[in-house]
Amino acid sequence: MSRTPVVVTGLGATTPLGGDVESTWANMVAGKSGVRAIEADWAADLPARIAGQLVVDPAEVLDRVEARRLDRFAQLAIIAANQAWLDAGYGFGEDNPVDRERLATSIGTGIGGMHTLLGQWDIQKEKGGRRVSPLTVPMLMGNAAAAQVSIRLGAQAGAHTPISACATSNEAIAHGLDLIRLGRADVVVAGGSESVIHPLPINAFSQMQATSRRNDEPELASRPFDRDRDGFVLGEGAAIFVLETLEHAQARGAKIYGELAGAGTTSDAFDIVQPDPSGLSQGRAMKIALKEAELEPADIVHVNAHATSTPTGDPAEATSIRYALGDDTAAIVTATKSMTGHLLGGAGALESMATLLALYHRVVPPTINLDNPEPGLGIDIATTARDLPAGDLAGINNSFGFGGHNVAVAFTNQYATNRQV
Amino acid sequence: MATTEEIRSDLAEIVNEVAGVPADDVQLDKSFTDDLDVDSLSMVEIIYAAEEKFGVSIPDEEAKNLKTVGDAVAYIERAAA
Repeated sequence: MSRTPVVVTGLGATTPLGGDVESTWANMVAGKSGVRAIEADWAADLPARIAGQLVVDPAEVLDRVEARRLDRFAQLAIIAANQAWLDAGYGFGEDNPVDRERLATSIGTGIGGMHTLLGQWDIQKEKGGRRVSPLTVPMLMGNAAAAQVSIRLGAQAGAHTPISACATSNEAIAHGLDLIRLGRADVVVAGGSESVIHPLPINAFSQMQATSRRNDEPELASRPFDRDRDGFVLGEGAAIFVLETLEHAQARGAKIYGELAGAGTTSDAFDIVQPDPSGLSQGRAMKIALKEAELEPADIVHVNAHATSTPTGDPAEATSIRYALGDDTAAIVTATKSMTGHLLGGAGALESMATLLALYHRVVPPTINLDNPEPGLGIDIATTARDLPAGDLAGINNSFGFGGHNVAVAFTNQYATNRQV
Repeated sequence: MATTEEIRSDLAEIVNEVAGVPADDVQLDKSFTDDLDVDSLSMVEIIYAAEEKFGVSIPDEEAKNLKTVGDAVAYIERAAA
């Protein structure tokens, strides 16, 4: 075996289910929905008026002056990154012992600083160009989150921003794995963030017929794999990992959640929006991740599906899972977007976190609202929290994005701290 | 017509809002960059906000000469007169 073992030592998140990892995970296992009506006046006339909205306002966490210099997507990334960094046992400034030239960030976003872009355009139209903030450009740019986190942590081995729509933050995690395995960094702060609960993107997704219009029952709107699903529900939030080599983690006696064992990336080369209905390209991403992780299909006990609750996407993914893992796969599949909504560029990282925690705690969170499963899926989907067995565990998280981007990442519970006691 | 102290006080609120400097520290003899640690983009924001607050125009070529809080207050007093 030649691959460098890479482990997860820190996690951070702010999501529609909680302002940190602990509350997000507890509510996920409990099957709670984070989807609510959008109360703002601007939503009243829109076709979709629901979203997975943050439980904790970033203004409650960040310093006021710091916050006003950041687009909301970067605020969320910084909040999650700070949590992850502390969770990993590291500190800031003089209390940060990591070699700065061996520390990188890889933090993606699907869209970037949309609140800043559109908000400043409103100001320019209404009040004139002289009122536009001189910070507009550094706030709206998509690389702002990766750069701002690198500044706060002193990370000088590169600040990277993969962008691949809804596959973005799985790609950011996969890129973090590459950086470490290529010897370019020892520690990578990786994940994603998204915040586009704003009238234009909400309406634009409706114009695509992509989002649910179940406005009267927000908590029932996101229903992956259910016969009555009618599109995804937009969500916002961020999730961040601290990745490091096993050697680096063990040398400092760090807590370890598990291993980031492999990643696979493919592209459909089919359509800018619709997934390839054959599922082959998605399935191939899973197969590549397995190969890189040196795992067999039968090793996979759990899959966190991309499953956004769209009519065409969910069945295609079921097909791809069976293609990659076999028709007889015993993997317990779940779709946590049923509770969080779809975080776009934050989805991959949040669901990778859910996958890793499922292995760590040996419990798969449920897919809620799955009252009448689409016939013929051929996969075992958890509708209540389901226990995983003792021993070695491996799981996969899928993320797919507009453009035909498919990124699967594989985790195991190898090296997990709670296995060594 | 606002007094010098009223202008200083309103400007101090802007500096606090933009750069987080305690309003009480924003005194006439203080340099924006050397004493109050206001960076260049924040200074631009303060100028724009001051234009709106006091209803004056502060052209960019004038703004770069406003080194201290007192410079800015004096400019605003003259421009508003």
